[in-house]
Amino acid sequence: MSKMLMIYPDRCTGCQNCTLACSVFHDGEFRPHTSRIQVTTWESEGFSMPTTCQQCEDAPCVAVCPTGAMHDDLTMNRVAWDEVKCIGCRMCTLACPFGAVVFETGRRRIIKCDLCDGKPECVTFCPAKALDYVEETDSARDRKKAVAVEFKKTFEEVK
Amino acid sequence: MYGWIGRYLRIDLGSGTVRKEVITPDLARKYLGGRGLGTHFMMTEVDPKVDPLSPQNKLIFAAGPLCGTNAPSASHYDVISKGPLNGTIAASSSGGLFGPMLKYAGYDMIILEGKSAKPVYLWICDDVVEIRDAAEIWGKTVPETTEAIRSATDEEASVACIGPAGERLVLFANVMNECGRAAGRSGVGAVMGSKNLKAIAVRGTGAVRVPDPKAFREAVVKASAKIKANSVGGKGLKNYGTDVLVNILNELGGLPTRNFLDGYFPTADKVGGESLAKQLLIRPRGCYACIISCGRATKVTNPKFAGQGEGPEYETAWAFGPDCGIDDLDAVTKANYICNDYGMDTITMGSSVACAMNLFENGVITTKDTDGIALNFGDAEAMVELVRKTAEGEGFGKKLALGSYRMAESYGHPEYSMTCKKQEMPAYDPRAIQGIGLNFATGNRGGCHVRGYTISPEVLGQPVKLDPRVTEGKPALDITFQDLTAALDSSGMCLFTTFGLGAEDLAELLSAATGLNITTEEFMKIGARIWNLERLFNLKAGLSALDDKLPERLTKEPILTGPSKGLVNRIDEMLPEYYKLRGWDSAGIPTKNTLADLGL
Repeated sequence: MSKMLMIYPDRCTGCQNCTLACSVFHDGEFRPHTSRIQVTTWESEGFSMPTTCQQCEDAPCVAVCPTGAMHDDLTMNRVAWDEVKCIGCRMCTLACPFGAVVFETGRRRIIKCDLCDGKPECVTFCPAKALDYVEETDSARDRKKAVAVEFKKTFEEVK
Repeated sequence: MYGWIGRYLRIDLGSGTVRKEVITPDLARKYLGGRGLGTHFMMTEVDPKVDPLSPQNKLIFAAGPLCGTNAPSASHYDVISKGPLNGTIAASSSGGLFGPMLKYAGYDMIILEGKSAKPVYLWICDDVVEIRDAAEIWGKTVPETTEAIRSATDEEASVACIGPAGERLVLFANVMNECGRAAGRSGVGAVMGSKNLKAIAVRGTGAVRVPDPKAFREAVVKASAKIKANSVGGKGLKNYGTDVLVNILNELGGLPTRNFLDGYFPTADKVGGESLAKQLLIRPRGCYACIISCGRATKVTNPKFAGQGEGPEYETAWAFGPDCGIDDLDAVTKANYICNDYGMDTITMGSSVACAMNLFENGVITTKDTDGIALNFGDAEAMVELVRKTAEGEGFGKKLALGSYRMAESYGHPEYSMTCKKQEMPAYDPRAIQGIGLNFATGNRGGCHVRGYTISPEVLGQPVKLDPRVTEGKPALDITFQDLTAALDSSGMCLFTTFGLGAEDLAELLSAATGLNITTEEFMKIGARIWNLERLFNLKAGLSALDDKLPERLTKEPILTGPSKGLVNRIDEMLPEYYKLRGWDSAGIPTKNTLADLGL
């Protein structure tokens, strides 16, 4: 089964538990600055949007990588990065349309989401179910249902 | 050190010098951080008799050891100073991003000294610390200031700032961070204003470390599960915010109404959390690392009171609502938005309006005093107008800016002020709930619910249900809650985690974060140490046992209607025992043995 990371910004409370869980899982310290998932918040509107690697099928970061360090990992349904092959050219950072591939100054490495090898910590620690790790074809089920519930309400009012 | 960074900033605003100093492991273990550590520095460096708004007072921003980790809802920092509202030791707690960011930048605490000759703000980005000119942002509201500073520094910066109220030294001005979170009480924002410090902006790219991330993860998962399983911490607060309490307190007959003339408000439901969720709520919000999400992103579309922002919390909804005899949720929320934008404590603001309405209805003040506004209980428009006048420093608003005690005193009737130690009591009627009355009276910063929230057992049945009407056993209960809260505040946790967590769980989280073996007993003793230290500060500032009291209205005038009709608070049955259990003499002074036992 192929799974994907689903994001529901309408449920996000802006708490950043995802960035904390990500950084401590990967680096053993709480350093959200280098988290693979980031959250942008509009405080006055009470809105937050988590963003991370979309694990694209036809990924620009893979396409531009001159050494094959950035590559498709079909077994895990993700785009993976091979530290040994990487020459640190940062082309992947330039190419990613989501800003989800970052070159970290301190440790001279690429940081991007690896889905925690199939059990994303950000999903485990999200208290609002704003993040979910679901089978791809079922990924939009919750949203479909939400629309159906709204439609049902309206339908019952007008019938 | 794990948990702590072990370093703090000392900034002299007068000379502009910035020093980076070390926190020793012994001191960190003795006071943890936040409120405890800040109070220690206040006690050792500041004369408790100092004028709170003079350059000799200090202003301390301090985070706790759990701040910056993913311990559930561990985002809290405290602003510690001598408070101008009532001259007691002030420690105001706030959540949001500021505390964790300060630690990621590499500091547990900032001590601010002296006074800048002109308006400035601080920009802290890891090792870089700059005192910058604030001429262009002086006078701006909290959201304007936050935006202006972010565009001048970094859009990811956390900004803790004062609004125009803090600049004008409104005695209950607060410090706001992330626009909607407040270090709300005691007027710490006025201290910041008196130092000509508009804001502190901080961005950190560093880390907070724990000794064993896997073991820490286990402790976090365990603690989180307990909070999620709790009916209040896991459900009530997320669905309805803290405002869920309106109906609960009203059904008990413990919702102070019309400046505490009564304890029951028939239409309270209109300003309760359920109504808020139905009418104004956009979505629940969480502070940094929060799993509870009691924050309320709201929007008022009613053109008369239109706006958008954060709140109201329970205390706010009560202060602008039932305490003023008002059941208009739009007006209540608008008053909240004004306070957030201008940087004022909603509890003291609302309670001061209620006091003014009481004075007006009893003929003590007239429209001559109030700029022509008739101040009757229930008048929502008049309430919002008074809040605006206070925020903008206009006419009668200048009187309200002194808080209810000084205002009522200036008309010769301080007894109308519903305060303990000159700070307004929050939304729990001590006549219906005995233990909280003792807590208000003995509170080290005056009337306050977050110093010992005995409402948990007395009303909510957490962790066990106790009868709110009895006084027996309440002194011991108050002491336990006061000590627990002092240690919790100092560790960086949010008080609401106690809906699910006890001292044992908190000590376990602290131990996992710091690598020290902090037992439940040590945790509670740290709390008692902090409480006694605060007491010593207040005694040296000139307060005494005479200040450990409730307004006469609560001990002599019974609640008029509702389920608690006829009740008064019986503090005299509790206070002597409280002193005794605290190890204080009959004058409320800690004995030598008590202090020695606590290492003070």
